[in-house]
Amino acid sequence: MEIAVTHYVVLACVLFAIGVYGIITRKNILIVLMCLELMLNSCNLLFVVFSRLYEGATGHVFVLMSVTVAAAEVAVGLAFVVSIYRQKESLDIDLLKLLRG
Amino acid sequence: MSHTVLFYIFSTLAVLGAVMVVSHKNPVSSAVSLVLTLFSTAVLFVLLHAHFIAAIQILIYAGAIMVLFLFTVMFLNIRDSELRFDSMNIPKRMTFLFLFIVVVGFFASKLFSSSPVVFPKLEGPENFGTVAEVGRSLFNDYLLVFELTSVLVVIAMVGVLVISKGRES
Repeated sequence: MEIAVTHYVVLACVLFAIGVYGIITRKNILIVLMCLELMLNSCNLLFVVFSRLYEGATGHVFVLMSVTVAAAEVAVGLAFVVSIYRQKESLDIDLLKLLRG
Repeated sequence: MSHTVLFYIFSTLAVLGAVMVVSHKNPVSSAVSLVLTLFSTAVLFVLLHAHFIAAIQILIYAGAIMVLFLFTVMFLNIRDSELRFDSMNIPKRMTFLFLFIVVVGFFASKLFSSSPVVFPKLEGPENFGTVAEVGRSLFNDYLLVFELTSVLVVIAMVGVLVISKGRES
């Protein structure tokens, strides 16, 4: 059986679902950030697949932008992690209720 | 034919790495598993003729971003007792797992039962997905977006400095 677009779409769905599952069930803030990366990566895969299907470079350019945004997001997120760990001495996301009124 | 074999090998590796990211207790092992997933995705990008994106994936994602993660984990020096809180209780987790398997299985069966969309033979320019082709598109059609990205990176850098400096002094 030849590999069609369907296979890639299902693979991206599975990766995305694993990422969402990790974000919901894990409580370590570092692993939550990693699962976010996983979800972004599965979306990049979809962009590349459809770029190949329609033979345009637009999808590739969009993946470049998405990687840049991911890098910026990780930098800011890890800075938050460090400052949270300084204050709380823990990485548990359930302890983060500073904004609760 | 080799496309099929390579796709199955590396998609299995990607899913395996993703499962290990979610299931490992230690953030260091999770980060290393995430590198496995990102590398397998890069191989899939090569199969899709996106050579430049595959190189970017390995350089930036597997290189820079994961090194940043590992550096932070080492920097925080987390004790083993810290990691015990980590995860919901088992019935809740099983419920979510069941829910996700049902939803993804439903979508997958729907997709596979429809007629498959096969990739067309590449007809356009010979160098689809190379640096030249992506660069031409990036610097002609999306120049403004590219410049705005640099503003985003500067803002992120300033933000990181402000956040990590703390409130003392």
